[in-house]
Amino acid sequence: MSTIAPTKPNPTDPPTSSTPPGRREPRRRSVATPPGDSRHRTRRSTVLGLERRHSLTGWAFLIPAAALIAILNFWPMIEAFILSLETGKGARLHLSEPLWLNYTRLFNDDLFRLTLGNTLIYLVVQVPIMLVLALILAMLLNDPHLRFKSFWRTAIFLPCAVSLVSYSLVFRTLFANDGFVNDTLMGLHLINEPIQCLANTGTARVVIILGLLWRWTGYNMVFYLAALQNLDYSTFEAARIDGAGPVKTFFHVAIPQLKPMIVLTAIMSTNGTLQLFDESWNLTAGGPANTTMSMSHYLYNLAFFNNPNVGYASALSYAILILVAILALIQMKVADRRD
Amino acid sequence: MTKKLRYLPRYALLTVAAVVSIFPLYFMVVGATNTSQDVLSSRLLPGANLLNNIRDLFALQNVGAALWHSAVNAVTTTVLALVVCSIAGYGFEVFHSRAKDWVMNILLLAMMIPFAATMIPLFRMFASAGWVNSTIAVVLPAVSTPFLILLFRQSSRSFPHEVVEAARLDGLSELAIFGRIFVPMMRSTYAAAAVITFMAAWNNFLWPRVILIDNQAQTMPMLISNLVAGYVTNYGVLMLAVLIACLPTMVVFLVLQRSFANGITGAIK
Repeated sequence: MSTIAPTKPNPTDPPTSSTPPGRREPRRRSVATPPGDSRHRTRRSTVLGLERRHSLTGWAFLIPAAALIAILNFWPMIEAFILSLETGKGARLHLSEPLWLNYTRLFNDDLFRLTLGNTLIYLVVQVPIMLVLALILAMLLNDPHLRFKSFWRTAIFLPCAVSLVSYSLVFRTLFANDGFVNDTLMGLHLINEPIQCLANTGTARVVIILGLLWRWTGYNMVFYLAALQNLDYSTFEAARIDGAGPVKTFFHVAIPQLKPMIVLTAIMSTNGTLQLFDESWNLTAGGPANTTMSMSHYLYNLAFFNNPNVGYASALSYAILILVAILALIQMKVADRRD
Repeated sequence: MTKKLRYLPRYALLTVAAVVSIFPLYFMVVGATNTSQDVLSSRLLPGANLLNNIRDLFALQNVGAALWHSAVNAVTTTVLALVVCSIAGYGFEVFHSRAKDWVMNILLLAMMIPFAATMIPLFRMFASAGWVNSTIAVVLPAVSTPFLILLFRQSSRSFPHEVVEAARLDGLSELAIFGRIFVPMMRSTYAAAAVITFMAAWNNFLWPRVILIDNQAQTMPMLISNLVAGYVTNYGVLMLAVLIACLPTMVVFLVLQRSFANGITGAIK
């Protein structure tokens, strides 16, 4: 992203005879033409025609992708906002009176507040633990003296190969009342009777958080490993020679150098957690009493279950969109300030 | 000796991490060979019930159809996404201009749009086109992604411009330069893009669940999700179904792990 060459024409370029100065298009350039190299422009007699043709070819190459994104991302986003101002059942939608009716209703909706709270709990508890774990594991694996490196990496990265639905169902089985976790805890005499993990709010939330940690820690670790490979390992060795322990090295050598990657993974994880659906649906089915239900799960129920209320559901979807945007902005701002 | 001792805590930590990562998958594989009771009584050794579980699962559910739908959806998504996004990434980089940069920045904004915010209008759009339950409706939203375009644009950076110039002088058309020179040279980028797109498409749950209303059109993740909706769950059968649903992506992962890692981190380098 940083290798974009200057786009201004070199002022020392001699005007070519075949190209009237007024008709030159200085903003267009050929890629990989170093500044000052006017070879491409001067050598050809029909520069303008060729360049224009190349430019059109370029547009033709990227228009299918751009059009799909415009039609399938941007337009629906606008339409969702219009829908969020409408009310009515089924296909008979009309503008609500007042326009922000769905939004005022949203703020007074206990279930919305509950699902918002649930999602924020997952976010605040799970994302920091996961990123710290991923960082520690990446640091361990980055050590050149470590043995069996590829085995450790493959093992920790392996959960990423499993779909969210699949691991949710495995976790559901592991944490069932008479499942493996209870059997083990009772076998170790840590508890006397089975804990109803998925039937209690607190433990059910913990199970979802454990599931998220299991599935995504290795994924984030791979990002840190990629970033660490671009760093000079000697900075870590130097810190150790200077007498810094692993904790000091971690906080004063690793974290500052990895900051851009930490911000990126934090934004991605936040984005993902705010859209949590599969786990809420499959692992706990939102229960008990909706206390583990995510916002997206509630959105699905509002939009596609029993009595769909498309306008109201769209208002909820905009709440998610705005949360994603705000949290991403905050994270980027926090990252800037620490400099 | 002291050096070995110093490494001991790390190996202990890594062992714990590896065991925790692998154990649920081991439990799933072993569970597929056990009876429901054995799964719940935490039997951790392979059992003799695999054939019974297979028979029960296939009697209960149309697994073949779900696997077929998942495969068709995932392969179609992957092929279309690779074609559309690679040609766009190439176009952005090789035919670079300020206006195109501007368009790219706008497209990148789409990465921040949560799927939740476009899901309802997308459903209405496809429903009015009569595409509910169709492959095209499942596939289309995943064909053009800013992430893949970015990935291909980044890798186009290393594509030497002299090659393009030389090919043009030889009279090759722009499309031929792309197809005959760029595509073969960028094989590793294509592999990375294919792996991440295929895995995401195979595992996708929310959008297929929205647009595939008919149970006849359901995909593998939808099938396993419906298995626990009944009153009594046969856990042996469930573990087998989950294993079948995971198998293709696990194989892809284990064979092409490096491509997968390059795919998820490639666009940001």
